[in-house]
Amino acid sequence: MAETRFMTINMGPQHPATHGVLRLVLELDGEVVLKATPHIGHLHRGTEKLAESKIYHQVIPLTDRLDYTNATGNNLAYVLAVEKLLGIEVPKRAQYLRVMMTELQRIAAHLIWLGTHALDMGAMTLLFYNFREREEVLRIIEEVAGGRITPTYLRIGGVAKDLPEGIEEKIRAFQQAFPDHVKEYETLLTKNVIWMKRTKGVGIISAEDAINWGVTGPTLRGSGVKWDVRKAFPYSSYDEFDFEVPIGSNGDVYDRYIVRLREMEWSNSIVEQALERLPKGPIITEDPWVALPPKDEVLNDSGALIGHFKMVCEGFHPSKGEVYASVEGAKGELGFYIISDGSSRPYRVRIRPPSFFNLSALPKMIEGSLLADVIAVIGSIDIVLGEIDR
Amino acid sequence: MENLAIKKLIEKFPVSISETKTFREEVTVMVTRQNIYEISKFLFSDSDLRYDFLTDLCGVDLFPQRPRFEVVYLLYSMKNNQRLRLKIKVEETESIPSVQSIWKAANWAEREAYDLFGIMFENHPDLRRILLWDGYEGHPLRKDYPVKGPDFDKPFVPEV
Repeated sequence: MAETRFMTINMGPQHPATHGVLRLVLELDGEVVLKATPHIGHLHRGTEKLAESKIYHQVIPLTDRLDYTNATGNNLAYVLAVEKLLGIEVPKRAQYLRVMMTELQRIAAHLIWLGTHALDMGAMTLLFYNFREREEVLRIIEEVAGGRITPTYLRIGGVAKDLPEGIEEKIRAFQQAFPDHVKEYETLLTKNVIWMKRTKGVGIISAEDAINWGVTGPTLRGSGVKWDVRKAFPYSSYDEFDFEVPIGSNGDVYDRYIVRLREMEWSNSIVEQALERLPKGPIITEDPWVALPPKDEVLNDSGALIGHFKMVCEGFHPSKGEVYASVEGAKGELGFYIISDGSSRPYRVRIRPPSFFNLSALPKMIEGSLLADVIAVIGSIDIVLGEIDR
Repeated sequence: MENLAIKKLIEKFPVSISETKTFREEVTVMVTRQNIYEISKFLFSDSDLRYDFLTDLCGVDLFPQRPRFEVVYLLYSMKNNQRLRLKIKVEETESIPSVQSIWKAANWAEREAYDLFGIMFENHPDLRRILLWDGYEGHPLRKDYPVKGPDFDKPFVPEV
């Protein structure tokens, strides 16, 4: 009889609560999960291999498609790595624009997380509220960059274009209304008895375990570790902004929820600060070996035209070496490790995807808990399969 | 500033450290593959260094150089807020000790290096392919693997 006691079930890859194409094989004893084995790779597109055959500029659009909820953040990690490799400085205005856009993008990413996470657990109303605000962010991003989900706004050495006219009022209007919206979400969930019963004490991971498993981002901070790449290795002038790193204490689903809510509020505050103190000046480096010449020069000056042509066809040749640069993405530490052999194409591009390492700790969080809690935990670590599978 | 980790490593493992490099303020230490487990254990547990966080582990193909592969370990110390990169060279036919018993984060990262490069790890509890499916032939991140795949111009026609 002992053998019939346990049951193996397959969850996914087409399951609405796995946030993409994640397949989990669960061994159950009644409703208790004994063993969980994630199977990934259904969305593998060979981004790292593709990047090796492209010039440095051409890799930027590929990075948008990693974590497709946080495209500007991915761009930033990649361009920071290339800029480190080249050893160039980015103009202040471009740095502030980058900060502003990545923080807006982080708000959008956290909103999509909150909506779908609550939806998984039966709280459907929130999704409509979240998508209402997310739409506003996407409209801003579209107006600034031209694209909504995959804006490809950043360039090596700066950003693609300056802010269009009148956008500052729109950003300010969004930013001023947003704290009230967060309160609105909180009235639905934070003290909701059903929500608390489903999330408190569920999917616990201790601080030591989280560090050992390579967990980063809000999932790590939910366990009480005050660690954020923006504070540990400030990039893109983050050291000039005033913000706190919110942490939890128990490392359960509820704490991760609270951490992300507070993070949205701080992101909103960073957007406000960036908008207020936005310096004047160029938006991309003037180094002709890195950035394209301005369009009006290309149309009027044959030297600039040739430079433009060379840059598009051949790109630039960074010095030999290897660099690692990382940013605090919406999910955790997103890093790019680039090896250059001196040619115009990267020799190796390694992406350090935060969701990949966060997901690898999933069995640790759910083994021994109930099947229904698996849904809550997957939602709480906020995975995006586009980034895990690359 | 003299790097404490390098100093301690050279003291403790004088023959295993072959080269140290600093590029753009990033420190890279080349070590021999036989001692990678002991070195990792030391860096993890030494009370001054405490490299308790494995940020990343990945393979690099140097084809046609010999030894063919490099395995890169990017360590981070939460205590000192410092990164350190370890590198080992490994031949196609050789295997290297797994560090997943020190940092659990290495578990999937080593599986990925095995999957995409074919680098073998000893004492890994579950060395299976991770991004590609079981039964896939070849290791796509190797430099001699075509970008479009080996079967690009051979469309798969199922037997009817």
